[in-house]
Amino acid sequence: MTTETAHDAVNAENHGMSNAGYIRIAAILAAITALEVSTVYIDFGPFFLPALLIMMAVKFIMVVSYFMHLKFDNKMFSFMFYAGLILAVGVYAAFLATFKFFIQ
Amino acid sequence: MTDAVVHGHESSTGISNVKLGMWAFLGSECLLFGGLISTYMLYRGRVTGGPRPAQIFDIPFTSVSSFVLLMSSLTMVLAVSAAHKNEDRKTNLWLTVTALLGATFVGGQVYEFTAFYNEGLGFSTSLFGSSFYTLTGFHGVHVTVGIIMLMALVGIFKRSEVPGKKAEVVEMIGLYWHFVDVIWIIIFTLVYLIPV
Repeated sequence: MTTETAHDAVNAENHGMSNAGYIRIAAILAAITALEVSTVYIDFGPFFLPALLIMMAVKFIMVVSYFMHLKFDNKMFSFMFYAGLILAVGVYAAFLATFKFFIQ
Repeated sequence: MTDAVVHGHESSTGISNVKLGMWAFLGSECLLFGGLISTYMLYRGRVTGGPRPAQIFDIPFTSVSSFVLLMSSLTMVLAVSAAHKNEDRKTNLWLTVTALLGATFVGGQVYEFTAFYNEGLGFSTSLFGSSFYTLTGFHGVHVTVGIIMLMALVGIFKRSEVPGKKAEVVEMIGLYWHFVDVIWIIIFTLVYLIPV
């Protein structure tokens, strides 16, 4: 085992992924971004909005889980972050509903 | 006084205080950007007297900017990985590349703002303009702060005056940088790709 590979193995053990794994995640993120941009030029019909929102959510979760290591870290960190996120989504969904945003 | 207390890293739960504080900060930032995004969504159709979003947005240009910021998250995570392996040269290299990619993104945003202004969209032209510039401007300021932190870190590393654990310092700035990236993932979809 080379020093680099050994280091990668130690890193993967401590933080969940090797450098090759991070590059694979980045490639998937780039591919999803390309797919997102394609929705501007290709007619996806009624699937346009749900597809865009799902791709956005997948990219968000992938960066937070793998690049920010939430998937491999202490669950308390996930709680701190997702509590803020869920509170924000709830508060602002109510805010937008008050202004009849969803029934326009 | 123990080393852990001096550096303020470990709590009685075994969780790093610094990291817990950073995650709490990022959770609170969700509320800040949630407010700005919601306000934009509410006002994006109010364009009286100014250009509409579809008339001024340059999707290919913004897509390239988004790709650049996305790739800066990869270089940042490689910097964190190198810091955990105590590879100082690689850490400095990836931090510098991340800062350069961030600067490219901010440069693109300055170009975009200038182009929009020349096409008639000022800050007070319409509610769309005000909410758009406020949202993307706040994000741009966050990226700029991130670039300053990255360059400061590279400078501090060269002097070897890093307080606490070196890898943890890189990781904290990395968390901030990735957060800025995930916020752009949302802005790019909701602001640029979904038509009014």
